[in-house]
Amino acid sequence: MAETVFFYLFTTLMVLSALSVVFSRRPIYSVLSLLIAMFCLAALFVMLGAYLVAALQVLLYAGAVLVLFLFVIMLLNLEPEASARMRVFTLRTTGTLAALLLFFALFGILRGAGQPTPPGAQATPGTVESVGRLIFTTYLLPFELTSFLILAAIIGAVTLAKQHSNE
Amino acid sequence: MTVFAPCCQPPLGLIPVTLTHYLIASALLFAIGLAGIMTRRNVLMILLCIELMFNAANLAFVAYARALGDLGGQVVVFFIITVAAAEVTVGLAIAVLLARQLKTLNADEVSLLKW
Repeated sequence: MAETVFFYLFTTLMVLSALSVVFSRRPIYSVLSLLIAMFCLAALFVMLGAYLVAALQVLLYAGAVLVLFLFVIMLLNLEPEASARMRVFTLRTTGTLAALLLFFALFGILRGAGQPTPPGAQATPGTVESVGRLIFTTYLLPFELTSFLILAAIIGAVTLAKQHSNE
Repeated sequence: MTVFAPCCQPPLGLIPVTLTHYLIASALLFAIGLAGIMTRRNVLMILLCIELMFNAANLAFVAYARALGDLGGQVVVFFIITVAAAEVTVGLAIAVLLARQLKTLNADEVSLLKW
């Protein structure tokens, strides 16, 4: 009962803030709406028993990624997007229609998919211990490979954003 | 018809939350992100909407991890968050570069690979 109420509460808030991300004019408002959506999503993760993932969601997305977005938006001092051009209007209509079409297609598929067979054992909650044990045993190689990915991203970002002193 | 519904019979609309509920919420979030990518022209806004779609995928993974009783789905979400962080780092560096060199962030005006 309580789970149902909280599910609808957080999902409604999440969808509303996601719509606000897409349709608000000012980039700062979009980023702050995305922050609300992230927190609602973290609440849903807690309801699903994924405690480590919820903590990572708040720490990494809300704490790191969105702050990076805010930094860049404030650094670049963006203007609100120019509107009221014919092409933009048709683009907006077709984009929204395509998204609606995708949603209804997914809706039909997911409704028809049904429930998977329930596991024999009780589902373990995703605490730091259980998920960490899995990462460092079964998924050790992908985990080590992510360090290469992050290293490549750091090098790429630094090289791209560096001011060329010789020009 | 009494005002208070009996405790053992939840009122209409308050059925227990199942996997399908979470999956449909995820599909909704994904569709909103897609609408954003197709309607917004600003590079930064497109990146933000990609983040929305990543999160929709994360929700589906966690929901299935719960339904199947397998923690592998949560490990995948951990990797997705890492990849998204790397993607945002490089994407924002490119956006800063675009603003500095081309003086625009409109995705329509950036159509050349080399200038």
